[in-house]
Amino acid sequence: MHMTDLLQIQNIRKTFPGVVALDDVSLSIAPGEIHTLLGENGAGKSTLMNVLTGLYRPDRGELLFDGSPVHFSSPRDSLNIGIGMVHQHFMLVPAHTVFENILLALDGVANFFSRRKYKVKIQQVLDQFELDLDLDTPVWKLSIGAQQWIELIKLLVRDCRLLILDEPTAVLTPQESARLFQVLTRLRDQGKSVLFISHKMREVMEISDRVTVLKKGCSLVTLPRGEYDENRLASLMIGEDQIPMWIKPACKYEELALEIKNLSVRNDRGLADLDKFSMKLYRGQILGVAGVAGNGQKALAEVLTGLKEASSGRILAKGKDITNSTAKSSYIAGIAHIPEDRKSIGIAPDMTVDDNLIMKNFNSRAFRRWIFQDRAAIRKNATAKIDQFAIKAGPDGNPIRYLSGGNIQKVIIARELSEKPSVLVALYPTRGLDIGSAEYVHKVVIDGANQGMSTILISEDLDELLKLSDEIVVMFRGRLVGCVNPQTTTREEIGLLMSGEVQR
Amino acid sequence: MKLITVKRELSSPLLRFAAPFISVLVALFVAGFLLLAAGVNPAQAYLEMLQESLGSTYGLSETLVKTTPLIFASLGVSLAFRMQIWNIGAEGQIYMGACGATGVALFSGIENHAVMITAMFLAAFLLGGLWAGVAGVLRARWQVNEVIVTLLMNYIAILGVDYLIYGPWKDPKGFNFPLTAQFSDAARLTEFFDTRFHSGFFLALFCALIMYLFMERTVWGYEIKVIGSNPKAARYAGMRTGLAIFAVLFLSGAMAGIAGFGEVAGLQHRLQHGISPGYGYTAIIIAWLAKRSAIGVVIVSFLMGVLLVGGDSLQLSWQLPVAFVYAFQGLILFFLLASDCFMHNRLKLVRGERHV
Ligand SMILES: Nc1ncnc2c1ncn2[C@@H]1O[C@H](COP(=O)(O)OP(=O)(O)OP(=O)(O)O)[C@@H](O)[C@H]1O
Ligand SMILES: [Mg+2]
Repeated sequence: MHMTDLLQIQNIRKTFPGVVALDDVSLSIAPGEIHTLLGENGAGKSTLMNVLTGLYRPDRGELLFDGSPVHFSSPRDSLNIGIGMVHQHFMLVPAHTVFENILLALDGVANFFSRRKYKVKIQQVLDQFELDLDLDTPVWKLSIGAQQWIELIKLLVRDCRLLILDEPTAVLTPQESARLFQVLTRLRDQGKSVLFISHKMREVMEISDRVTVLKKGCSLVTLPRGEYDENRLASLMIGEDQIPMWIKPACKYEELALEIKNLSVRNDRGLADLDKFSMKLYRGQILGVAGVAGNGQKALAEVLTGLKEASSGRILAKGKDITNSTAKSSYIAGIAHIPEDRKSIGIAPDMTVDDNLIMKNFNSRAFRRWIFQDRAAIRKNATAKIDQFAIKAGPDGNPIRYLSGGNIQKVIIARELSEKPSVLVALYPTRGLDIGSAEYVHKVVIDGANQGMSTILISEDLDELLKLSDEIVVMFRGRLVGCVNPQTTTREEIGLLMSGEVQR
Repeated sequence: MKLITVKRELSSPLLRFAAPFISVLVALFVAGFLLLAAGVNPAQAYLEMLQESLGSTYGLSETLVKTTPLIFASLGVSLAFRMQIWNIGAEGQIYMGACGATGVALFSGIENHAVMITAMFLAAFLLGGLWAGVAGVLRARWQVNEVIVTLLMNYIAILGVDYLIYGPWKDPKGFNFPLTAQFSDAARLTEFFDTRFHSGFFLALFCALIMYLFMERTVWGYEIKVIGSNPKAARYAGMRTGLAIFAVLFLSGAMAGIAGFGEVAGLQHRLQHGISPGYGYTAIIIAWLAKRSAIGVVIVSFLMGVLLVGGDSLQLSWQLPVAFVYAFQGLILFFLLASDCFMHNRLKLVRGERHV
C-alpha cells in the first residue's frame, strides 16, 4: 500500500495463563478500507480486538497509529485517539433512553445546556445515515438490532476513525445486516476504516476490501479483493482438516413424535408471543422454523422445554397430552435445548468446562456413585466431548467463561446432544461457529435424525434451513403463516412469508 | 488533573491469593495508629496479643474456645455465599440454636449423656435451620430479599431469648439474674486439660470436613455451585432452584444453630444474656475472607480467635475499650473490600479536560 496505514499491528503476542491466544500477529489497516478478520473459533480474533481497544495489554509487539507508536492502558486511551469498538454484549442502560445512553458514552460533562447541542449533533448523524431511530425511546423497548445501532452511533458521534465490529451480524436479521453493510460502505467511502469479524462467508465476500486470515494466534496472509474466493479462504482457515460429509435421509413421516395444537403463550407484558400455534413433528424429522427473530421462536422453544407455561392449547407427545400433566417432567428430560442466549442461560460461567458439560445430566448414574460425583467419569466424558467437537478448552480446570464465543457454543451443543435426546429444539445452533464446526454440527444433527431424533431447527440462516430441513414452517407474530417444501421452494418465497405479507 | 479508575485485566493468581493477607497487614498497620493515639506502643501490643492468645496452654485453649463457634457459624454463612445467598442472620440463628439445646437440656429429663447431647444437637440444628428457613421460603416463593429478613430476624431471636431468661426460664435460685438453671452433667460436653476447651472444637473440625466433602464431592454441592454461578442456567438445566434456596438457607442456619449448641453445652452450661458477643457478624467477615473454602474457614476462624483473645488481653493490661477490637475487625473488612476493588480496577491520573 502506498498510503500511510492508519493502524499497523506488528508482531503482537498475548498469552493467558496456560493459553497462547495470540502468538505473532501482524497486519495493517489502511484509511478507507473494510478489513475482515477471518479464523476458526479460538483463533484469537476477539483477543486481538481487545488488544486494539486497550482492554488487554499485549505481552510483546507494537501498535502504530498514523505512523507513531501508541500504548493503551485502557479503552479510554484508544477511544481518545479514534479507535472504537461495538462489543458483542452491548453495554447499554435499559431504562435510559437512546439519547441518554449515547450521552453516557460521550463522557464529557453533559449539563443541562449542552444537552441540546448534543441532541442536534446526534440527530445529524442519524439523518446522515438515514437511520430511523427515536432518540427518546427507552432502550429496553428496542430490538437487538436497534441496540447495535446505538453502539455504532456512539462511535460515530465521537468521530472514531477506526471502527471495530466483533461478529456484529450474529444477532441481526438478514435485512438488518444488509442495512449495516450499507452504512459501513458509506463510512468507508468517507475515509473511515472498519475492522470486521464474521463467520458468514457470504458476508465476507460481499463487503471486504481485504481479508486477513488468523490461524492459531498467527496472521497467515492478507489478501485483497479479487485474490480470494470462498474455497480459498476456507482452505486457508481450516487447512488440512476435512469438512465432514453427510447424506441426508428422507423423513418417513410414520411415527408422530410431538404435536402442538392451538398453543398460545403470553409474555411478561401480557402480549401474545405465540398465537394459536399448531404443528406436527415426526420421528426422525428435521423441521425448519423460519422467521425474523422476535416473532415467537423463543417462546416456542421455551414452552416446549418447560421453561414457560402455555396460556392455552395443548402439547401432545406420542399422542399423550403432556401440557399440564405429571408426565411433563419425564418428557422434558428427553428433550435437548440449544438456547438462543447462550451466555445468559446456557452455561454456569464460573465453573469448569468439565462441569458445564454435565449440567443437564449431572444426576445420571453415569456421573455419580450414590450421592458423590464420579470425578473420573466426568473427566472422561469431558475429554471425549472436547475431542469430538474439537473444543479449544484451554488448560484443565479452566472456567468456561474464558473460552472463545464459538467454543462456548460448542460446549453447549456437545452437552445437549450427548444424551441421545428424542427431541432437539435448536435455536440458531451454528451462530458464531466457524464453517468447519458448523458443518460438523449439521452432521451431528443429521446423524441424530438417522437414529430417530426429531429436530426443531429455528434459524434465520436460510441456507442452513434449506440444506437441513425436511419441511420448513414460517412464523410471523407468533403465528404459523406458511409451510413449504425445501426442495421446491425459493428463498424469495420464504422471504415473503417471513415478512408477513402473504400466507400459505 | 483527575483521578479515575480503570478496569484491570485478569490479576495474577498469586496476587489474588496474597490479597487477603496484605489487607490484614495493612489493617494492622492502620490500627497501629489507633493504638499510638491511645498511648500504647503498637509493636508491644501486637506481641502481647500473640503471647496471650498462643503463648500458653491457657491462652491457646481460650483461643480455640472462641474459634469453635466461629467455625460453625462461618461454615453456615459461607455455604449460603456459594449460592449468592447472603445470610446476615447467623447471630440470631446462634441464639435460636442455643435456645433449642437449652430447652432440651432443662426440660427433657434425659439422663443418658449420649442421648441427651444428641437430642440437644438436633434441637439446635432444627431451630437454627428453621429460623433461617423462614427467609428461605420468603425468598424462594415471593422473591423477598433474604438480607433484610435474616437481619431483622436477629433482633427477634435475641429479644425472644431475653424474654425466656428474664421470664419463664429464669433460674429460681439465680438471685434474679437473667439466666437459666445450670445444665445437668449429662448435658455438658467433655472438657479437657482443666480448661474451658471442650469437644465442640472437634465437632467443628468434623463439620468443616463434611462441608468440604458436601460442596466439592456431592451432586448437591454441584447443584449449589451451578445455581450460585448462574440461576437461569440452573433452571434451564431442570434444577429446582426454589427448593435449593430453602435447603441451603436451612443448612446455613442449622450450622449457626450448632454454634449456639456448642456455646451452651460446652461453655456456659446454661442459657444467658449475650450468649454470643457477635460471633454471627464476625462469621460474615470470616466467610468473606475464606472466599469459598471450608479449610479457609477453619484457618481464618482461628486467626479471628487469636484476635478476639488478644483483644481481650489488651483490654485488661492497657485498659483499652472492647470497641478497639471491633474497630480492628472493621478495618480488616474495609481493607478487604478495598483490595477486592483494586483487584479489578487500577487508579489512573489523567490530565486536563477530556474531549468529546
Ligand atoms: N480472558 C481470557 N482468559 C484465558 N483465556 C482466554 C481469555 N480470552 C481468550 N482466551 C483464550 O484465547 C483463545 C482465543 O480466544 P478468542 O476469544 O480471541 O477467539 P476468537 O477467535 O474470537 O474465537 P470465536 O470465533 O470463537 O469468537 C481461546 O483459546 C480462549 O480460550
Ligand atoms: Mg470471538
